[in-house]
Amino acid sequence: MTAPAPAARLRANNPMIVIALFAVAIVALLAGVLAVSGFDVGASFAALLRGAAGSSYAVHSATLVRATPLILTGLAVTLAFKGGILNIGAEGQLLAGAAGATTVVLTLGPTYGGWALPLAMALAALGGAAWALVPAWLRQRFGVLEVISTIMMNFVALYGVGYLVRGPLQEPSRIYPQSASIPAATHLPLLLPGTRLHIGFALAVVAALLAWYVVRATAAGFRLRVVGANPRAAASAAQVDVAAVRLRVFLLSGALAGLAGGVEVTGVTYALYENLSPGYGYTAIAVALLAGLHPGLVLVSGIFLGALEAGAAAMQREAGVPLVLVSVVQALIILAIIGARALLDRRAPRAAEVGT
Amino acid sequence: MSEQAVAFLEATVRTATPLALAALGESISERAGVINVGLEGVIIAGCFGAVVGAQQGSVTAGLVAGVAAGVAAALVFVCFVVWLRTDQIITGTALTLGALGLTGMLYRAVFGTTGAALSIPTMRPVAIPVLSQIPIIGPALFRQAAVTYLLYAAVGGAWWFLSRTHAGLALRAVGEYPEAAQAAGIRPARVQAGAVLVSGAMGGLAGASLVLAQVGTFAEGMSAGRGFIAIAIVALGRWSPVGVALAALLFGAASALQFLFQSAGTQLPYQLFLALPYVLTLVVLAAGTSRGRAPAALGRRDLGVW
Repeated sequence: MTAPAPAARLRANNPMIVIALFAVAIVALLAGVLAVSGFDVGASFAALLRGAAGSSYAVHSATLVRATPLILTGLAVTLAFKGGILNIGAEGQLLAGAAGATTVVLTLGPTYGGWALPLAMALAALGGAAWALVPAWLRQRFGVLEVISTIMMNFVALYGVGYLVRGPLQEPSRIYPQSASIPAATHLPLLLPGTRLHIGFALAVVAALLAWYVVRATAAGFRLRVVGANPRAAASAAQVDVAAVRLRVFLLSGALAGLAGGVEVTGVTYALYENLSPGYGYTAIAVALLAGLHPGLVLVSGIFLGALEAGAAAMQREAGVPLVLVSVVQALIILAIIGARALLDRRAPRAAEVGT
Repeated sequence: MSEQAVAFLEATVRTATPLALAALGESISERAGVINVGLEGVIIAGCFGAVVGAQQGSVTAGLVAGVAAGVAAALVFVCFVVWLRTDQIITGTALTLGALGLTGMLYRAVFGTTGAALSIPTMRPVAIPVLSQIPIIGPALFRQAAVTYLLYAAVGGAWWFLSRTHAGLALRAVGEYPEAAQAAGIRPARVQAGAVLVSGAMGGLAGASLVLAQVGTFAEGMSAGRGFIAIAIVALGRWSPVGVALAALLFGAASALQFLFQSAGTQLPYQLFLALPYVLTLVVLAAGTSRGRAPAALGRRDLGVW
């Protein structure tokens, strides 16, 4: 037990090598998927790079715009997973938040203009938290697996928005299944004039830094970590009210995802419709795992996967590669991470195995 | 009125069939201690396999290819969860994400973007003589596609296997108390791998039945949460084959309600009916999880030894 296992040494001393290997593996897997599906790998990759980082426009108006909801939902998943809550429901919470924000700006926007925005963001967060409250309550009261219940809530949210945009919130001409466009005064201000980058990105960055600080340096953050790591020890040794911590982090997680929805409506789509999110809430799981559940690193992984989505959109436009490729890559990333971690853990002898 | 009742019951059994097949398979892997949240991915793989197979011209090829695709997806899950011992739930989520994406990609690569015009052979209802003449429930239970009769056989087979055979006892032992099973000479990892592959075959068959006996074509994401609903059905059915089949019927009824209400011309928004099975899942999980008892070792990662 004195010498560290080789795997642990590799991880501790050469993180750059691990990251480099990892990047190469993902590129290779991506090329493999493209080749198997019969696409021109070279042309597809060129389009991917152009769309993600080929110009300053691609960076600020495609990559960073897409990174914004990914950072917020990625934080939502990170905090939940850290507390031992498997919230797969960021997608539904995002939609609930988007519906809440849309309702506010459509009702109050014409009168109060931009002053309606703070309230819209508050209602977006509240909507997301409310959507998380159902699975949180089911978990606490009945022990229902939140993996299943949050996914069910995603479908309910999708049909809920489907109802809203064909019913109470439908645009005045009653032709399209979407809400009216929100008043120009209630668009989120742009961060850089002449681009599509809105202050939602700054909000996401602040949220990530704040979450990093809270998790690392505050008592609440300690309780969150200890509940996630070992709930029984948290209750007995650290005197933590495990149920209360879980409920709070579940609601906070929902609020962050809801905020992502509010930001998306007021910063990007300017209207509510069913396909508002191309699965940001599911991508968020890859964002969180890629960041190793570190709130600060969520910024990096969020921008990386935002670049991937922006690049994939360009690949679809220019090389005809279907956008769903992104979810294949995300799945590969998640499997690569958990697989690599399992292999590393396996090589390091565990106390229980040493004892027997 | 009775005509409507018959139509409703027929639709109930028809829509319950893929759910029951998938849930039955999942119940077997859960009895061995593995919860496969990737079931959704297994089903969509089965859907895609069935379309590719049926393109060869026969329903049988569709069924076989659907089962094969489901087993292939489950094999990925086995490699990660049983061999590498990764977290079952995160692995399952990734499998679902990957399978939904990959089938969408391959579908466009193989069939182009004009998949709507795709025509494949489908399974017509086969009436069983005498039995289908029973008033009301006769046509509902015995005027269905052949895959539904396969389901009836599978329910009986699973019951017999789990409660009357040595192998079934070994499987349940692994799910309840793997250390004891291992002490008795059973290899838990092998049993789990086998159980997950069986659930993959059943999930693939479920996907194939969705394509061949219900929808008649493939659409991206057509599994539409059925894998997750099936997991809820397992809990409601208390991990027993007959219970699972009855629970699936309840969900089939919830889906069939929309046909009934559509034909009745109600003013209620149709999204309400579309959302009903998912809401029902939540209610059922709340009622089912608190009273039923899951296999004790469900989801455990620390058992090893091939």
